[in-house]
Amino acid sequence: MDNNQMDSKLRNSYQRRKKFKVLGAVGRNLGLTVYAVFALFPLLWMVLCSFKPDTEMYNTVFRFHPTTANYSAVLIGTDYFKAFYQNFVVSALAVLITIVAGVPIAYALARYNFKKKENVAFTILSFKFAPEILVSLPVFLIFQKIGLYDTYFGLIWVYQLVTMPLLIWVLRGYFEDISVEIEQAAQLDGYRWYEIFLKTLVPLIKPGLVSVALLAFIFAWNDFTFPLILSGSSIQTITITSLRYLASDTVHYGQVAVASTIAVLPEVIACLFIQKHLVRGLSFGAVKG
Amino acid sequence: MPSEGKNIPVNYNEIPRTIKRRPYYIITPGMIVLIGILIPFILAIFLSFTNYSFKSMHWRFVGVRNWTDMLTNVDFYHALLITLIYAVSATVVQMVLGTVIALLLKKDTLYSKVLKVLFTFPLMVAPAIAVLIWQLMTSNTVGVLEKFLNVFGVFNFPWASSYKTSMFTAVLIDTWVNTPFILLLVLAGIQSLPKSPFEAAQVDGASAWFTFKTLTFPMLKPFMYIALLFRLMAALQEFGVIFSLSKGGPGDSLMNISLTAYMTAFKYSRVGVAMPYLLVLWVIINYSAKAIVNRQRKLARQAQGL
Repeated sequence: MDNNQMDSKLRNSYQRRKKFKVLGAVGRNLGLTVYAVFALFPLLWMVLCSFKPDTEMYNTVFRFHPTTANYSAVLIGTDYFKAFYQNFVVSALAVLITIVAGVPIAYALARYNFKKKENVAFTILSFKFAPEILVSLPVFLIFQKIGLYDTYFGLIWVYQLVTMPLLIWVLRGYFEDISVEIEQAAQLDGYRWYEIFLKTLVPLIKPGLVSVALLAFIFAWNDFTFPLILSGSSIQTITITSLRYLASDTVHYGQVAVASTIAVLPEVIACLFIQKHLVRGLSFGAVKG
Repeated sequence: MPSEGKNIPVNYNEIPRTIKRRPYYIITPGMIVLIGILIPFILAIFLSFTNYSFKSMHWRFVGVRNWTDMLTNVDFYHALLITLIYAVSATVVQMVLGTVIALLLKKDTLYSKVLKVLFTFPLMVAPAIAVLIWQLMTSNTVGVLEKFLNVFGVFNFPWASSYKTSMFTAVLIDTWVNTPFILLLVLAGIQSLPKSPFEAAQVDGASAWFTFKTLTFPMLKPFMYIALLFRLMAALQEFGVIFSLSKGGPGDSLMNISLTAYMTAFKYSRVGVAMPYLLVLWVIINYSAKAIVNRQRKLARQAQGL
Protein backbone atom coordinates (compact mmCIF):
# COMPACT_ATOMS: atom_id res chain seq x y z
CA MET A 1 0.00 0.00 0.00
CA ASP A 2 1.58 3.29 -1.00
CA ASN A 3 1.11 6.56 0.77
CA ASN A 4 -1.61 7.91 -1.53
CA GLN A 5 -3.85 4.93 -0.99
CA MET A 6 -3.36 5.14 2.73
CA ASP A 7 -4.20 8.84 2.73
CA SER A 8 -7.44 8.39 0.85
CA LYS A 9 -8.41 5.51 3.08
CA LEU A 10 -7.85 7.59 6.19
CA ARG A 11 -9.74 10.50 4.66
CA ASN A 12 -12.68 8.24 3.82
CA SER A 13 -12.86 6.83 7.25
CA TYR A 14 -12.62 10.33 8.73
CA GLN A 15 -15.48 11.56 6.56
CA ARG A 16 -17.58 8.51 7.37
CA ARG A 17 -17.03 9.13 11.04
CA LYS A 18 -17.93 12.80 10.73
CA LYS A 19 -21.15 11.93 8.92
CA PHE A 20 -21.89 9.35 11.60
CA LYS A 21 -21.30 11.92 14.32
CA VAL A 22 -23.85 14.36 12.86
CA LEU A 23 -26.39 11.61 12.25
CA GLY A 24 -25.71 10.29 15.75
CA ALA A 25 -26.43 13.66 17.36
CA VAL A 26 -29.68 14.01 15.43
CA GLY A 27 -30.70 10.48 16.28
CA ARG A 28 -29.80 10.90 19.92
CA ASN A 29 -31.84 14.05 20.41
CA LEU A 30 -34.74 12.65 18.42
CA GLY A 31 -34.78 9.50 20.54
CA LEU A 32 -34.60 11.48 23.76
CA THR A 33 -37.38 13.81 22.66
CA VAL A 34 -39.70 10.95 21.72
CA TYR A 35 -39.10 9.33 25.10
CA ALA A 36 -39.58 12.69 26.85
CA VAL A 37 -43.04 12.96 25.27
CA PHE A 38 -43.87 9.42 26.41
CA ALA A 39 -42.61 10.07 29.95
CA LEU A 40 -43.95 13.56 30.52
CA PHE A 41 -47.08 13.95 28.43
CA PRO A 42 -49.26 11.85 30.79
CA LEU A 43 -48.30 14.10 33.72
CA LEU A 44 -48.89 17.26 31.72
CA TRP A 45 -52.23 15.96 30.50
CA MET A 46 -53.24 15.04 34.05
CA VAL A 47 -52.56 18.57 35.30
CA LEU A 48 -54.41 20.08 32.33
CA CYS A 49 -57.43 17.86 32.86
CA SER A 50 -57.54 18.74 36.54
CA PHE A 51 -58.35 22.35 35.55
CA LYS A 52 -60.82 21.44 32.82
CA PRO A 53 -64.54 21.88 33.41
CA ASP A 54 -66.51 18.69 32.78
CA THR A 55 -68.19 20.24 29.74
CA GLU A 56 -64.89 20.78 27.97
CA MET A 57 -63.43 17.42 28.87
CA TYR A 58 -64.42 16.03 25.47
CA ASN A 59 -62.31 18.41 23.40
CA THR A 60 -58.78 17.19 23.36
CA VAL A 61 -57.31 20.63 22.80
CA PHE A 62 -55.08 22.66 25.02
CA ARG A 63 -57.33 25.73 24.93
CA PHE A 64 -60.06 25.70 27.52
CA HIS A 65 -61.48 27.77 30.34
CA PRO A 66 -59.54 26.78 33.44
CA THR A 67 -61.58 26.19 36.55
CA THR A 68 -60.83 25.09 40.08
CA ALA A 69 -64.25 23.48 40.45
CA ASN A 70 -62.71 20.00 40.32
CA TYR A 71 -60.35 20.84 43.14
CA SER A 72 -63.04 22.15 45.43
CA ALA A 73 -65.25 19.18 44.55
CA VAL A 74 -62.55 16.72 45.56
CA LEU A 75 -61.05 18.53 48.53
CA ILE A 76 -64.23 19.80 50.13
CA GLY A 77 -66.81 17.38 48.79
CA THR A 78 -64.98 14.15 49.66
CA ASP A 79 -62.71 12.93 52.43
CA TYR A 80 -59.68 13.10 50.17
CA PHE A 81 -57.84 15.41 52.52
CA LYS A 82 -58.29 12.92 55.34
CA ALA A 83 -56.76 10.17 53.20
CA PHE A 84 -53.89 12.47 52.29
CA TYR A 85 -53.21 13.23 55.95
CA GLN A 86 -53.46 9.60 57.05
CA ASN A 87 -51.26 8.43 54.19
CA PHE A 88 -48.68 10.97 55.28
CA VAL A 89 -48.79 9.91 58.94
CA VAL A 90 -48.48 6.21 58.16
CA SER A 91 -45.62 6.66 55.67
CA ALA A 92 -43.69 9.14 57.81
CA LEU A 93 -43.90 7.08 61.00
CA ALA A 94 -42.97 3.93 59.09
CA VAL A 95 -39.86 5.65 57.79
CA LEU A 96 -39.05 6.96 61.26
CA ILE A 97 -39.15 3.48 62.80
CA THR A 98 -37.12 2.18 59.87
CA ILE A 99 -34.41 4.74 60.54
CA VAL A 100 -34.20 3.99 64.26
CA ALA A 101 -34.11 0.21 63.79
CA GLY A 102 -32.50 -0.01 60.37
CA VAL A 103 -29.48 2.31 60.54
CA PRO A 104 -27.78 0.16 63.25
CA ILE A 105 -28.34 -2.96 61.14
CA ALA A 106 -26.76 -1.27 58.14
CA TYR A 107 -23.81 -0.26 60.32
CA ALA A 108 -23.37 -3.76 61.73
CA LEU A 109 -23.53 -5.30 58.25
CA ALA A 110 -20.95 -2.87 56.95
CA ARG A 111 -18.43 -2.93 59.79
CA TYR A 112 -18.53 -6.18 61.68
CA ASN A 113 -17.80 -9.72 60.69
CA PHE A 114 -20.17 -12.11 62.31
CA LYS A 115 -21.52 -15.55 61.68
CA LYS A 116 -24.25 -15.81 59.07
CA LYS A 117 -23.74 -12.17 58.16
CA GLU A 118 -24.40 -12.66 54.48
CA ASN A 119 -27.43 -14.79 55.29
CA VAL A 120 -28.86 -12.01 57.44
CA ALA A 121 -28.20 -9.55 54.62
CA PHE A 122 -29.86 -11.71 51.99
CA THR A 123 -32.82 -12.48 54.25
CA ILE A 124 -33.42 -8.76 54.72
CA LEU A 125 -33.19 -8.23 50.98
CA SER A 126 -35.53 -11.14 50.31
CA PHE A 127 -38.25 -9.43 52.37
CA LYS A 128 -38.32 -6.92 49.56
CA PHE A 129 -39.12 -9.72 47.13
CA ALA A 130 -41.77 -11.45 49.21
CA PRO A 131 -45.13 -11.31 47.41
CA GLU A 132 -47.05 -8.63 49.27
CA ILE A 133 -50.28 -10.60 49.02
CA LEU A 134 -48.61 -13.60 50.65
CA VAL A 135 -47.65 -11.45 53.62
CA SER A 136 -50.83 -9.47 53.90
CA LEU A 137 -53.33 -12.35 53.88
CA PRO A 138 -52.05 -14.03 57.08
CA VAL A 139 -51.36 -10.60 58.58
CA PHE A 140 -55.00 -9.73 57.87
CA LEU A 141 -56.12 -12.77 59.89
CA ILE A 142 -53.71 -12.05 62.75
CA PHE A 143 -54.59 -8.35 62.86
CA GLN A 144 -58.29 -9.10 63.01
CA LYS A 145 -57.69 -11.44 65.95
CA ILE A 146 -55.49 -9.08 67.93
CA GLY A 147 -57.29 -5.89 66.97
CA LEU A 148 -54.64 -4.30 64.79
CA TYR A 149 -56.77 -4.37 61.64
CA ASP A 150 -57.50 -0.88 60.37
CA THR A 151 -55.18 0.84 62.87
CA TYR A 152 -52.22 3.14 62.40
CA PHE A 153 -49.89 0.85 64.31
CA GLY A 154 -50.73 -2.24 62.27
CA LEU A 155 -50.17 -0.54 58.94
CA ILE A 156 -46.98 1.18 60.08
CA TRP A 157 -45.55 -2.10 61.29
CA VAL A 158 -46.23 -3.90 58.03
CA TYR A 159 -44.81 -1.01 56.03
CA GLN A 160 -41.40 -1.95 57.50
CA LEU A 161 -41.33 -4.62 54.80
CA VAL A 162 -41.43 -1.89 52.17
CA THR A 163 -39.01 0.56 53.75
CA MET A 164 -36.48 -1.41 55.84
CA PRO A 165 -34.75 -3.56 53.17
CA LEU A 166 -34.28 -0.52 50.95
CA LEU A 167 -32.79 1.62 53.70
CA ILE A 168 -30.45 -1.08 55.00
CA TRP A 169 -29.13 -1.97 51.57
CA VAL A 170 -28.40 1.58 50.57
CA LEU A 171 -26.88 2.70 53.88
CA ARG A 172 -24.67 -0.36 54.07
CA GLY A 173 -22.89 0.98 51.01
CA TYR A 174 -22.56 4.44 52.59
CA PHE A 175 -21.05 3.04 55.80
CA GLU A 176 -18.57 0.96 53.86
CA ASP A 177 -17.36 4.07 52.07
CA ILE A 178 -16.39 5.78 55.33
CA SER A 179 -12.84 4.91 56.20
CA VAL A 180 -12.19 3.01 59.39
CA GLU A 181 -9.49 5.50 60.37
CA ILE A 182 -12.11 8.08 61.28
CA GLU A 183 -13.55 5.69 63.81
CA GLN A 184 -10.13 4.81 65.14
CA ALA A 185 -9.27 8.48 65.57
CA ALA A 186 -12.47 9.05 67.52
CA GLN A 187 -11.64 6.01 69.58
CA LEU A 188 -8.24 7.44 70.48
CA ASP A 189 -10.06 10.53 71.70
CA GLY A 190 -11.75 8.27 74.21
CA TYR A 191 -15.18 7.89 72.69
CA ARG A 192 -17.02 4.63 73.23
CA TRP A 193 -18.27 2.78 70.17
CA TYR A 194 -21.86 3.98 70.38
CA GLU A 195 -20.66 7.53 70.84
CA ILE A 196 -18.52 7.14 67.73
CA PHE A 197 -21.52 5.80 65.88
CA LEU A 198 -23.85 8.62 66.95
CA LYS A 199 -21.43 11.54 66.97
CA THR A 200 -19.18 10.91 63.98
CA LEU A 201 -20.73 8.33 61.66
CA VAL A 202 -24.36 9.40 61.65
CA PRO A 203 -23.49 13.01 60.76
CA LEU A 204 -21.25 11.71 57.97
CA ILE A 205 -23.97 9.66 56.30
CA LYS A 206 -26.62 12.34 56.83
CA PRO A 207 -26.96 13.34 53.15
CA GLY A 208 -27.36 9.72 52.16
CA LEU A 209 -29.71 9.07 55.03
CA VAL A 210 -31.97 11.96 54.06
CA SER A 211 -32.25 10.87 50.45
CA VAL A 212 -32.81 7.21 51.27
CA ALA A 213 -35.41 8.15 53.85
CA LEU A 214 -37.22 10.22 51.23
CA LEU A 215 -37.01 7.36 48.78
CA ALA A 216 -38.37 4.96 51.41
CA PHE A 217 -41.11 7.48 52.13
CA ILE A 218 -42.08 7.53 48.47
CA PHE A 219 -42.23 3.73 48.30
CA ALA A 220 -44.38 3.65 51.44
CA TRP A 221 -46.58 6.47 50.15
CA ASN A 222 -47.09 4.56 46.88
CA ASP A 223 -47.92 1.21 48.42
CA PHE A 224 -51.19 -0.29 47.32
CA THR A 225 -51.52 -3.90 48.47
CA PHE A 226 -51.06 -3.45 52.22
CA PRO A 227 -53.59 -0.65 52.70
CA LEU A 228 -56.02 -2.38 50.33
CA ILE A 229 -56.11 -5.46 52.56
CA LEU A 230 -55.14 -4.16 56.00
CA SER A 231 -57.10 -0.95 56.27
CA GLY A 232 -60.83 -0.48 56.34
CA SER A 233 -62.86 2.63 56.92
CA SER A 234 -60.91 4.41 59.63
CA ILE A 235 -57.47 4.47 57.98
CA GLN A 236 -57.36 5.42 54.34
CA THR A 237 -54.54 5.99 51.97
CA ILE A 238 -54.45 8.01 48.80
CA THR A 239 -53.84 5.11 46.45
CA ILE A 240 -56.95 3.31 47.65
CA THR A 241 -59.15 6.40 47.95
CA SER A 242 -58.25 7.65 44.48
CA LEU A 243 -59.57 4.55 42.80
CA ARG A 244 -63.06 5.42 44.01
CA TYR A 245 -63.18 8.29 41.53
CA LEU A 246 -63.17 5.73 38.72
CA ALA A 247 -65.53 3.22 40.26
CA SER A 248 -68.77 5.18 39.93
CA ASP A 249 -70.97 4.85 36.86
CA THR A 250 -70.51 8.40 35.64
CA VAL A 251 -66.81 9.04 35.85
CA HIS A 252 -65.89 12.65 36.53
CA TYR A 253 -62.58 12.68 34.74
CA GLY A 254 -61.76 16.13 36.10
CA GLN A 255 -61.94 14.75 39.63
CA VAL A 256 -59.86 11.73 38.66
CA ALA A 257 -57.23 14.16 37.41
CA VAL A 258 -57.33 16.18 40.63
CA ALA A 259 -57.01 13.06 42.76
CA SER A 260 -53.96 11.93 40.80
CA THR A 261 -52.38 15.38 40.70
CA ILE A 262 -52.50 15.81 44.47
CA ALA A 263 -51.23 12.27 45.02
CA VAL A 264 -48.25 12.85 42.72
CA LEU A 265 -47.36 16.32 44.01
CA PRO A 266 -45.45 15.40 47.22
CA GLU A 267 -43.51 12.75 45.35
CA VAL A 268 -42.37 15.05 42.58
CA ILE A 269 -41.27 17.62 45.18
CA ALA A 270 -39.37 14.94 47.11
CA CYS A 271 -37.84 13.75 43.84
CA LEU A 272 -36.43 17.20 43.13
CA PHE A 273 -34.85 17.29 46.58
CA ILE A 274 -33.13 13.92 46.36
CA GLN A 275 -32.20 14.13 42.70
CA LYS A 276 -28.51 14.47 43.43
CA HIS A 277 -28.35 11.35 45.56
CA LEU A 278 -30.92 9.29 43.73
CA VAL A 279 -28.62 7.60 41.25
CA ARG A 280 -26.25 6.61 44.02
CA GLY A 281 -29.05 5.64 46.32
CA LEU A 282 -30.62 3.34 43.80
CA SER A 283 -27.41 1.53 43.04
CA PHE A 284 -27.68 0.25 46.62
CA GLY A 285 -23.96 0.18 47.09
CA ALA A 286 -24.68 -3.28 45.86
CA VAL A 287 -22.54 -3.53 42.79
CA LYS A 288 -19.18 -3.31 44.42
CA GLY A 289 -18.59 -7.04 44.55
CA MET B 1 -22.23 -6.48 48.07
CA PRO B 2 -19.38 -5.68 50.38
CA SER B 3 -15.88 -6.86 49.88
CA GLU B 4 -14.59 -9.18 52.55
CA GLY B 5 -11.51 -7.20 53.47
CA LYS B 6 -13.33 -4.12 54.64
CA ASN B 7 -15.07 -5.55 57.65
CA ILE B 8 -12.47 -4.77 60.25
CA PRO B 9 -13.71 -4.58 63.82
CA VAL B 10 -13.02 -1.07 65.02
CA ASN B 11 -12.26 -1.20 68.67
CA TYR B 12 -9.13 -3.25 69.16
CA ASN B 13 -8.76 -2.46 72.86
CA GLU B 14 -11.93 -4.05 74.13
CA ILE B 15 -12.31 -7.63 75.24
CA PRO B 16 -12.71 -9.69 72.07
CA ARG B 17 -15.78 -11.50 73.38
CA THR B 18 -17.84 -8.35 73.64
CA ILE B 19 -16.82 -7.32 70.16
CA LYS B 20 -17.96 -10.68 68.92
CA ARG B 21 -21.35 -10.21 70.50
CA ARG B 22 -21.76 -6.54 69.77
CA PRO B 23 -23.04 -6.84 66.18
CA TYR B 24 -25.80 -9.12 67.41
CA TYR B 25 -26.87 -6.54 69.99
CA ILE B 26 -26.82 -3.87 67.34
CA ILE B 27 -29.06 -5.71 64.92
CA THR B 28 -31.47 -7.05 67.54
CA PRO B 29 -34.04 -4.18 67.61
CA GLY B 30 -34.33 -4.14 63.85
CA MET B 31 -34.60 -7.90 63.64
CA ILE B 32 -37.42 -7.89 66.20
CA VAL B 33 -39.35 -5.47 64.01
CA LEU B 34 -38.72 -7.63 60.95
CA ILE B 35 -39.23 -11.03 62.53
CA GLY B 36 -42.68 -9.98 63.72
CA ILE B 37 -43.43 -9.85 60.04
CA LEU B 38 -41.83 -13.25 59.45
CA ILE B 39 -44.64 -14.96 61.39
CA PRO B 40 -47.09 -14.54 58.49
CA PHE B 41 -44.84 -16.67 56.27
CA ILE B 42 -45.09 -19.57 58.68
CA LEU B 43 -48.82 -19.00 59.10
CA ALA B 44 -49.22 -19.00 55.32
CA ILE B 45 -47.68 -22.47 55.06
CA PHE B 46 -49.89 -23.66 57.90
CA LEU B 47 -53.04 -22.24 56.31
CA SER B 48 -52.32 -23.94 53.01
CA PHE B 49 -53.12 -27.27 54.68
CA THR B 50 -56.47 -26.13 56.11
CA ASN B 51 -59.85 -25.25 54.67
CA TYR B 52 -59.80 -21.88 56.43
CA SER B 53 -62.45 -19.53 55.11
CA PHE B 54 -63.69 -16.06 56.01
CA LYS B 55 -67.23 -17.36 55.89
CA SER B 56 -67.19 -20.02 58.59
CA MET B 57 -65.59 -19.89 61.98
CA HIS B 58 -64.71 -23.58 61.89
CA TRP B 59 -61.74 -24.90 60.06
CA ARG B 60 -59.92 -28.22 59.94
CA PHE B 61 -56.87 -29.79 58.36
CA VAL B 62 -57.41 -31.09 54.87
CA GLY B 63 -53.92 -32.44 54.27
CA VAL B 64 -52.47 -31.71 50.86
CA ARG B 65 -55.86 -31.32 49.19
CA ASN B 66 -55.40 -27.59 48.47
CA TRP B 67 -52.10 -28.38 46.80
CA THR B 68 -53.37 -31.26 44.67
CA ASP B 69 -56.47 -29.25 43.76
CA MET B 70 -54.28 -26.42 42.58
CA LEU B 71 -51.98 -28.68 40.54
CA THR B 72 -54.96 -30.26 38.75
CA ASN B 73 -56.68 -26.92 38.17
CA VAL B 74 -56.45 -25.39 34.70
CA ASP B 75 -56.77 -21.91 36.20
CA PHE B 76 -53.47 -22.35 38.02
CA TYR B 77 -51.54 -22.97 34.81
CA HIS B 78 -53.34 -20.08 33.16
CA ALA B 79 -52.36 -17.80 36.06
CA LEU B 80 -48.79 -19.06 35.90
CA LEU B 81 -48.66 -18.35 32.17
CA ILE B 82 -50.11 -14.83 32.60
CA THR B 83 -47.62 -14.15 35.42
CA LEU B 84 -44.69 -15.18 33.24
CA ILE B 85 -45.89 -13.38 30.10
CA TYR B 86 -46.45 -10.18 32.05
CA ALA B 87 -43.19 -10.36 34.00
CA VAL B 88 -40.98 -11.27 31.05
CA SER B 89 -42.47 -8.84 28.54
CA ALA B 90 -42.53 -5.91 31.00
CA THR B 91 -38.97 -6.61 32.17
CA VAL B 92 -37.53 -7.05 28.68
CA VAL B 93 -39.20 -3.92 27.28
CA GLN B 94 -38.08 -1.84 30.27
CA MET B 95 -34.54 -3.19 30.29
CA VAL B 96 -34.04 -2.42 26.59
CA LEU B 97 -35.74 0.98 26.69
CA GLY B 98 -34.06 2.04 29.95
CA THR B 99 -30.59 1.03 28.76
CA VAL B 100 -30.96 2.73 25.39
CA ILE B 101 -32.18 5.98 26.96
CA ALA B 102 -29.39 5.86 29.55
CA LEU B 103 -26.81 5.50 26.77
CA LEU B 104 -28.40 8.36 24.85
CA LEU B 105 -28.19 10.50 28.02
CA LYS B 106 -24.50 9.74 28.46
CA LYS B 107 -23.28 13.00 26.92
CA ASP B 108 -23.30 15.77 29.51
CA THR B 109 -25.19 18.44 27.59
CA LEU B 110 -27.65 20.80 29.28
CA TYR B 111 -30.51 19.04 27.48
CA SER B 112 -29.56 15.66 28.91
CA LYS B 113 -29.02 17.12 32.38
CA VAL B 114 -32.54 18.54 32.42
CA LEU B 115 -33.98 15.34 30.98
CA LYS B 116 -32.30 13.23 33.66
CA VAL B 117 -34.36 15.09 36.26
CA LEU B 118 -37.60 15.06 34.31
CA PHE B 119 -37.34 11.39 33.38
CA THR B 120 -37.42 10.30 37.01
CA PHE B 121 -40.87 11.80 37.61
CA PRO B 122 -42.91 8.77 36.45
CA LEU B 123 -40.95 6.54 38.84
CA MET B 124 -42.30 8.58 41.74
CA VAL B 125 -45.90 8.00 40.71
CA ALA B 126 -47.67 5.17 42.53
CA PRO B 127 -48.60 2.41 40.06
CA ALA B 128 -52.23 2.69 41.14
CA ILE B 129 -52.19 6.43 40.42
CA ALA B 130 -50.39 5.82 37.13
CA VAL B 131 -53.34 3.69 36.10
CA LEU B 132 -55.65 6.64 36.86
CA ILE B 133 -53.53 8.94 34.72
CA TRP B 134 -53.55 6.51 31.82
CA GLN B 135 -57.30 5.97 32.19
CA LEU B 136 -57.64 9.70 31.57
CA MET B 137 -55.83 9.30 28.29
CA THR B 138 -57.13 5.94 27.10
CA SER B 139 -60.81 6.47 27.75
CA ASN B 140 -62.68 6.05 24.46
CA THR B 141 -64.85 9.08 25.07
CA VAL B 142 -62.49 11.70 26.50
CA GLY B 143 -59.13 10.08 25.81
CA VAL B 144 -56.50 12.04 23.99
CA LEU B 145 -54.84 8.86 22.74
CA GLU B 146 -57.97 7.96 20.76
CA LYS B 147 -57.57 11.20 18.80
CA PHE B 148 -53.88 10.45 18.38
CA LEU B 149 -54.54 6.97 16.99
CA ASN B 150 -57.26 8.34 14.67
CA VAL B 151 -54.52 10.25 12.87
CA PHE B 152 -52.91 6.90 12.05
CA GLY B 153 -56.21 5.44 10.92
CA VAL B 154 -56.80 3.36 14.04
CA PHE B 155 -60.29 3.76 15.50
CA ASN B 156 -61.76 2.53 18.76
CA PHE B 157 -58.61 0.90 20.10
CA PRO B 158 -60.03 -0.93 23.13
CA TRP B 159 -57.07 -0.59 25.55
CA ALA B 160 -57.92 -2.30 28.84
CA SER B 161 -61.46 -3.28 27.90
CA SER B 162 -60.66 -6.07 25.48
CA TYR B 163 -59.21 -9.51 26.05
CA LYS B 164 -56.73 -8.92 23.24
CA THR B 165 -55.25 -5.60 24.30
CA SER B 166 -55.47 -5.60 28.11
CA MET B 167 -52.03 -7.19 28.53
CA PHE B 168 -50.53 -4.60 26.19
CA THR B 169 -52.14 -1.76 28.17
CA ALA B 170 -50.97 -3.11 31.53
CA VAL B 171 -47.40 -3.59 30.30
CA LEU B 172 -47.46 -0.11 28.74
CA ILE B 173 -48.42 1.51 32.06
CA ASP B 174 -45.88 -0.57 33.95
CA THR B 175 -43.25 0.48 31.42
CA TRP B 176 -44.15 4.13 31.85
CA VAL B 177 -43.68 3.91 35.63
CA ASN B 178 -40.65 1.65 35.86
CA THR B 179 -38.39 2.36 32.90
CA PRO B 180 -36.81 5.28 34.85
CA PHE B 181 -35.68 2.78 37.47
CA ILE B 182 -33.58 0.87 34.94
CA LEU B 183 -32.48 4.19 33.49
CA LEU B 184 -31.17 5.41 36.85
CA LEU B 185 -29.31 2.21 37.62
CA VAL B 186 -27.64 2.07 34.22
CA LEU B 187 -26.74 5.76 34.53
CA ALA B 188 -25.16 5.01 37.91
CA GLY B 189 -23.17 2.31 36.15
CA ILE B 190 -22.11 4.58 33.32
CA GLN B 191 -20.90 7.21 35.79
CA SER B 192 -18.73 4.69 37.59
CA LEU B 193 -16.98 3.38 34.48
CA PRO B 194 -13.20 3.94 34.40
CA LYS B 195 -12.06 6.41 31.75
CA SER B 196 -8.77 4.90 30.57
CA PRO B 197 -10.04 1.87 28.58
CA PHE B 198 -12.25 4.17 26.53
CA GLU B 199 -9.42 6.59 25.84
CA ALA B 200 -7.28 3.67 24.74
CA ALA B 201 -10.04 2.44 22.45
CA GLN B 202 -10.36 5.89 20.93
CA VAL B 203 -6.63 6.09 20.30
CA ASP B 204 -6.75 2.70 18.61
CA GLY B 205 -9.57 4.00 16.40
CA ALA B 206 -12.16 1.49 17.52
CA SER B 207 -15.65 2.05 16.12
CA ALA B 208 -18.49 3.13 18.38
CA TRP B 209 -20.23 -0.21 18.05
CA PHE B 210 -17.06 -2.15 18.78
CA THR B 211 -16.38 -0.04 21.87
CA PHE B 212 -19.92 -0.64 23.10
CA LYS B 213 -19.76 -4.37 22.44
CA THR B 214 -16.40 -5.06 24.03
CA LEU B 215 -16.12 -2.36 26.71
CA THR B 216 -19.30 -0.53 27.72
CA PHE B 217 -21.73 -3.44 27.74
CA PRO B 218 -19.61 -5.95 29.69
CA MET B 219 -18.76 -3.32 32.30
CA LEU B 220 -22.39 -2.28 32.65
CA LYS B 221 -23.59 -5.83 33.08
CA PRO B 222 -23.36 -5.98 36.91
CA PHE B 223 -25.54 -2.87 37.13
CA MET B 224 -28.02 -4.26 34.66
CA TYR B 225 -28.29 -7.44 36.71
CA ILE B 226 -29.27 -5.41 39.79
CA ALA B 227 -31.90 -3.59 37.71
CA LEU B 228 -33.10 -6.92 36.34
CA LEU B 229 -33.29 -8.35 39.85
CA PHE B 230 -35.52 -5.63 41.25
CA ARG B 231 -37.71 -5.29 38.17
CA LEU B 232 -38.29 -8.98 37.56
CA MET B 233 -39.11 -9.70 41.21
CA ALA B 234 -41.64 -6.86 41.27
CA ALA B 235 -43.16 -7.81 37.92
CA LEU B 236 -43.61 -11.46 38.95
CA GLN B 237 -45.83 -10.40 41.85
CA GLU B 238 -47.47 -7.45 40.12
CA PHE B 239 -50.75 -6.55 41.76
CA GLY B 240 -51.30 -2.78 41.94
CA VAL B 241 -51.34 -1.97 38.23
CA ILE B 242 -53.53 -4.90 37.23
CA PHE B 243 -55.96 -4.59 40.13
CA SER B 244 -56.51 -0.88 39.60
CA LEU B 245 -56.73 -1.29 35.83
CA SER B 246 -59.28 -4.06 35.49
CA LYS B 247 -59.30 -6.34 38.55
CA GLY B 248 -57.74 -9.05 36.38
CA GLY B 249 -60.25 -8.77 33.57
CA PRO B 250 -61.71 -8.61 31.06
CA GLY B 251 -62.42 -12.30 31.50
CA ASP B 252 -59.30 -13.84 32.97
CA SER B 253 -56.92 -12.09 30.59
CA LEU B 254 -54.84 -10.52 33.37
CA MET B 255 -55.45 -13.05 36.15
CA ASN B 256 -51.90 -13.61 37.31
CA ILE B 257 -51.09 -15.55 40.45
CA SER B 258 -51.38 -12.55 42.80
CA LEU B 259 -54.78 -11.58 41.41
CA THR B 260 -56.06 -15.16 41.42
CA ALA B 261 -55.05 -15.60 45.04
CA TYR B 262 -56.57 -12.26 46.06
CA MET B 263 -59.87 -13.08 44.36
CA THR B 264 -59.94 -16.61 45.81
CA ALA B 265 -59.34 -15.27 49.32
CA PHE B 266 -61.59 -12.21 49.32
CA LYS B 267 -64.26 -12.73 46.66
CA TYR B 268 -64.78 -16.44 47.32
CA SER B 269 -63.39 -16.14 50.88
CA ARG B 270 -61.36 -19.34 50.59
CA VAL B 271 -58.10 -18.46 52.30
CA GLY B 272 -56.76 -22.01 52.51
CA VAL B 273 -57.21 -22.53 48.77
CA ALA B 274 -55.43 -19.28 47.93
CA MET B 275 -52.30 -20.05 49.96
CA PRO B 276 -50.62 -22.67 47.72
CA TYR B 277 -50.81 -20.21 44.81
CA LEU B 278 -48.91 -17.60 46.80
CA LEU B 279 -46.39 -20.08 48.15
CA VAL B 280 -45.57 -21.26 44.63
CA LEU B 281 -45.10 -17.63 43.62
CA TRP B 282 -42.84 -17.09 46.61
CA VAL B 283 -40.67 -20.07 45.66
CA ILE B 284 -40.40 -18.88 42.05
CA ILE B 285 -39.43 -15.37 43.14
CA ASN B 286 -36.95 -16.55 45.77
CA TYR B 287 -35.14 -18.96 43.47
CA SER B 288 -34.88 -16.54 40.56
CA ALA B 289 -33.67 -13.82 42.95
CA LYS B 290 -30.95 -16.11 44.31
CA ALA B 291 -29.89 -17.11 40.80
CA ILE B 292 -29.66 -13.50 39.65
CA VAL B 293 -27.80 -12.38 42.79
CA ASN B 294 -25.23 -15.16 42.41
CA ARG B 295 -24.70 -14.37 38.73
CA GLN B 296 -24.40 -10.66 39.52
CA ARG B 297 -21.79 -11.20 42.22
CA LYS B 298 -19.75 -13.35 39.88
CA LEU B 299 -19.87 -10.66 37.19
CA ALA B 300 -19.05 -7.89 39.64
CA ARG B 301 -16.04 -9.80 40.93
CA GLN B 302 -14.88 -10.38 37.34
CA ALA B 303 -15.32 -6.67 36.60
CA GLN B 304 -13.08 -5.87 39.55
CA GLY B 305 -10.51 -8.35 38.33
CA LEU B 306 -10.82 -10.61 41.38
